[in-house]
Amino acid sequence: PERRKPQPARPRQVMPERPPLERNRDFAEVATGFTAEMAIAESERCLQCKKPLCIQGCPVGIDIPAFLRFIADGDFAGSINRLKEDTNLPAICGRVCPQETQCEEKCIVGKRNQPIAIGALERFVADWERENGAVKTPVVSAQTGKRVAVVGSGPAGLTTAGELARRGHAVTVFEALHEPGGVLVYGIPEFRLPKEIVRREVDGLRAMGVEIRLNTIVGRSLTIDDMFAQGFDAVFVGSGAGLPHFLGIPGENLNGVYSANEFLTRMNLMKAFRFPDYHTPIHVGKKIAVFGGGNTAMDAARTALRMGPESVKLIYRRSEAEMPARAEEIHHGRDEGVEFVTLTAPVEFLDDGKGWVAGVKIIKMELGEPDASGRRRPVPIEGSEEIIEIDTAVIAIGNSPNQLIPQTTKGLETTRHGTLIANEATGETTKTGVFAGGDVVTGAATVIQAMGAGKAAAAAIDDFLMKRANAEE
Amino acid sequence: MHTIMDKRLLAPNVYRLEVGAQLIAERRKPGQFIILRVNEESERIPLTIVESDPVAGTIVLVFQVMGEGTRLLASLEMGDEIRDVVGPLGHPTEISHFGTVVCVAGGIGVAPMFPIAKGMADMANTVISIVGARTRELLILQEEIHSVSSEVLITTDDGTFGRHGFVTDALKERLESGFKPDAVVAIGPLPMMRAVAETTRPYGIKTIVSLNPIMVDGTGMCGGCRVSVGGQMKFACVDGPEFDGHQVNYAELANRQRMYRDKEACKIRSLIP
Repeated sequence: PERRKPQPARPRQVMPERPPLERNRDFAEVATGFTAEMAIAESERCLQCKKPLCIQGCPVGIDIPAFLRFIADGDFAGSINRLKEDTNLPAICGRVCPQETQCEEKCIVGKRNQPIAIGALERFVADWERENGAVKTPVVSAQTGKRVAVVGSGPAGLTTAGELARRGHAVTVFEALHEPGGVLVYGIPEFRLPKEIVRREVDGLRAMGVEIRLNTIVGRSLTIDDMFAQGFDAVFVGSGAGLPHFLGIPGENLNGVYSANEFLTRMNLMKAFRFPDYHTPIHVGKKIAVFGGGNTAMDAARTALRMGPESVKLIYRRSEAEMPARAEEIHHGRDEGVEFVTLTAPVEFLDDGKGWVAGVKIIKMELGEPDASGRRRPVPIEGSEEIIEIDTAVIAIGNSPNQLIPQTTKGLETTRHGTLIANEATGETTKTGVFAGGDVVTGAATVIQAMGAGKAAAAAIDDFLMKRANAEE
Repeated sequence: MHTIMDKRLLAPNVYRLEVGAQLIAERRKPGQFIILRVNEESERIPLTIVESDPVAGTIVLVFQVMGEGTRLLASLEMGDEIRDVVGPLGHPTEISHFGTVVCVAGGIGVAPMFPIAKGMADMANTVISIVGARTRELLILQEEIHSVSSEVLITTDDGTFGRHGFVTDALKERLESGFKPDAVVAIGPLPMMRAVAETTRPYGIKTIVSLNPIMVDGTGMCGGCRVSVGGQMKFACVDGPEFDGHQVNYAELANRQRMYRDKEACKIRSLIP
């Protein structure tokens, strides 16, 4: 069809959202997605750059102008098919990627106008495909006869599995929990990423021939050495950073004090918000405090809010400018009613006399010199202690990798932070045939970085397998 | 899916299930546990593996109906299926040649104790078992525990069988008479394990307890099962479940075990039409 001139100066389409005071009482999705008209109008803003910078900003290297061009032409089926040549999980990426620091930050239109809403468009075509029952399984290469084991079904594992299946390798994913998805199912709440969408994208991988073995803990149910003994030719470790950090202050083991991992797992994976229809209980009192300033803290605070308490305070030791959470999530939290208490650190949890948390003693902080992370270091202000009354606390100050796999695998070496030592570009570990990527290598990071690492490792694994196959001939 | 191959009632509200789980049956060691989820709505429940048959590909679980989760499990019959079973989890028991080992089991704790006592006997230890129950009809697995012990002392709280009193009474009497075992293993309700540890503490006898905090995932990712041992935070699911009985903060654990008591009551009420 005759192409219209790009319209970069046209205002960026705004993602429709449910009003804050309606959505903060349920778990349905906050953002409702572009309409077809909005999607076409937005993609018409794209300049179709000859040397697109947006692609460089995408950790999985999606050809963004190519799939946007199909949308602009009104060919949504063409768009999703083009998109799926580069990613297997578009409905997830479109929702949870921090596009403002990735593809959209690089978008040239953003220099003078607002950048193209790439994430919303990716989400639009993925949702369009699902809602129109038009889901097509990507073409898979001829079988190579090589078998790859993938440890963990989070974003890194799922991406690696999809990429390897596409190249004709037989892939088996081992997952410890009863549902695949990793942080996508136990961590990120339903109102940001409906679990039905994760399920459908995982089904897409199964349709490509990926086998998923649930309830299988590598290091206990079987080891990596067992996998090689069973005939796997390579192993990818994408087991994440699931070991929660605690504050190390008195009173932390009182009832009503949760790690964010436990709080979110009970809510998201076990659906405790639907108790007693679902049987897993959770304690959410009237006055909740969440400690931390990252996306996990924001997810926990917004989840707690939906249980209808009197107040949810987010307590962070630096100022809002240093918060690692996405700006969009901070806005969402504030609009929904989360109170931000910054430059404040917990000192001790107080007992109600019956073994439950009744309050937290806090101390005010001021910012000192920048530390190793480049952020200004918070310093306590002497004598500024006070007590905040709370009945539930959620600790969201970070995670590190579980040591079960390195402890049970000879030759797999870790750094002093407990992360696996791996080549940044290829994911190669210190053990031949074992590759790794995602949070288990970087420490807790983002979904899309894990997907990027998975994609890079898949290419390296393919190379490793095919080189060996050629050498054997 | 995991099929129930056999179901038996061992005592009022105490059941023994034989469940198909090939991989777990092949790998498990004494002291390890599984987590199961009966169906889509149910919670994840930790249960110790009592026995396994690698050839038949089955594991044996023994449990007492305590709340909604175990009630649902007890409602299943032979041929029914359990949706999820994951394991083996936790560290195996430290089984080696100690010399004389006293195995103290309270209530259905005798079920998880049996594989440990058997393991200890296989390592040429002299095994003395002290088994206690509230009343005679709650004494289970008597034949099994006799088969691996050189001596079995039975106590009932109400005196309906064996010695009248608690397991700690029998243990204390032995220790006072100058008997010094090389190790004591205690499994049962928390107050009982605490009492055993307090009994052996003055004698400096190595005492192992198997802790039973609330768990969710059982893989070390949430810390719901955290316990204080020697002043350090430990996750029972990956660091345990067995710990040095003289180092455990029992009061804290007892408190954490009560965390969902009102919710349990609410769930039970919701089942009554």
